[in-house]
Amino acid sequence: MNRNEPTALERFINGILPENPVYRQLLGMCPTLAVTNSMEPAMTMAVAVAFVLLSANIIVSLIRHLLKPHLRILVFTLTIATFVTIADRILQAYMWDMSKQLGPYVPLIIVNCIIICRCEVCASKQKLGPAIMDALGQSLGFALALASVATVREILGSGTWFGLPVMPAVWPDWVIMVLPPGAFLTLGVLIGLVNWLQNKKKQTA
Amino acid sequence: MDYVGSLILLAINAALINNFVLHYFVGICPFVGVSRRVDVALGMGLAVTFVITIAAFLSWTLTWFVLQPNAPLTSWIVHTINPNSEMVVDLSILNYIVYIFVIASSVQFVEMFVRKFHPPLYKSLGVYLPLITTNCAILFACLEIMKHVSGVGAGAWTLDKALILGFFGGIGFLIAIVLMAGIREELDLCDVPAPLKGAGITMIIAGILAMAFMGFTGVDSGLAGILMRGGG
Repeated sequence: MNRNEPTALERFINGILPENPVYRQLLGMCPTLAVTNSMEPAMTMAVAVAFVLLSANIIVSLIRHLLKPHLRILVFTLTIATFVTIADRILQAYMWDMSKQLGPYVPLIIVNCIIICRCEVCASKQKLGPAIMDALGQSLGFALALASVATVREILGSGTWFGLPVMPAVWPDWVIMVLPPGAFLTLGVLIGLVNWLQNKKKQTA
Repeated sequence: MDYVGSLILLAINAALINNFVLHYFVGICPFVGVSRRVDVALGMGLAVTFVITIAAFLSWTLTWFVLQPNAPLTSWIVHTINPNSEMVVDLSILNYIVYIFVIASSVQFVEMFVRKFHPPLYKSLGVYLPLITTNCAILFACLEIMKHVSGVGAGAWTLDKALILGFFGGIGFLIAIVLMAGIREELDLCDVPAPLKGAGITMIIAGILAMAFMGFTGVDSGLAGILMRGGG
């Protein structure tokens, strides 16, 4: 094995911050913007994406020797679509309200670039172990990104966090934060913040 | 007049009020990735509009005839094989997989078409053309159509509404991405703070655009009043 290849553990850590899917790779923006008006849907979405990413990475890693180059993207998408159907049916069966609130964004996990990208970059070339660690790291990074955006939007927009009131009663809700523009503004500012911190760290190091 | 009016309302709703990019957040990847120059953005927008319309047509047809519960074609097959069966045929579990197939093949078709008849556009779109497959906007249009086809009674959509939604949804995407490209061309001359360069400032501009598009909220009810009165 190539010495420069990151180990399984490094892959896991890489996913959380250095290669965070949302902030560093700018992947999976659609759910990041769409379901983050409060914490609860954001976390449900993070769990659903983690389930699909993990299952897809396992399957793709197991069948990596059978893949034909020109058909691989199609195989990835069909694998992902199967698991998304499972996740969607589970959500509808056990969390009907949440499934309604997430609406089309659960099936839209199929075209979430994070999962296809991880299948392509990692799972189709690695053994089972590194592929699983990679999926776990990436989904944790994705969950963190969703949580950060959702925290800002829910606290500023409705004065609550996970539905619990955190702001004083006099807090005027910034309604714009739970509406679509708030999502774009929050994510833009947070991306800027992460870049700024990264640059600062680089300069001091 | 009611009929035409409802189609116009649906079109305005899809293109402006509930703009795919700025209201539903679908198709963000090309919106950020291909919005550096107006001409490329225009090409991308047209390609997406084209693919969405084809995908809307195919997905409505498939959903209506094959996939929905008690769909004509599937029940016909079941009843031909076993005339006494009382089974309700429901293939809706296959929905997502079928849609992905439909989208992937229509993108392939568009790619061949553009490469043959418009090589410069093919070059400038580059890797983003095959990536239309994973453009959420198209799957989103299919899902919206699916939701409304399975709707009961008069609420169920016919093919014309599906096509209108697809086409004008694509036009909405086109408007958003061309506006964005125009702004970003001007932005090249500005002094943007270093950490915000690239994606950060694009998101903030998109936020401001989304605020502007919120101004269209309520246009539909006003327009509905005018159209219905005009029709008598």
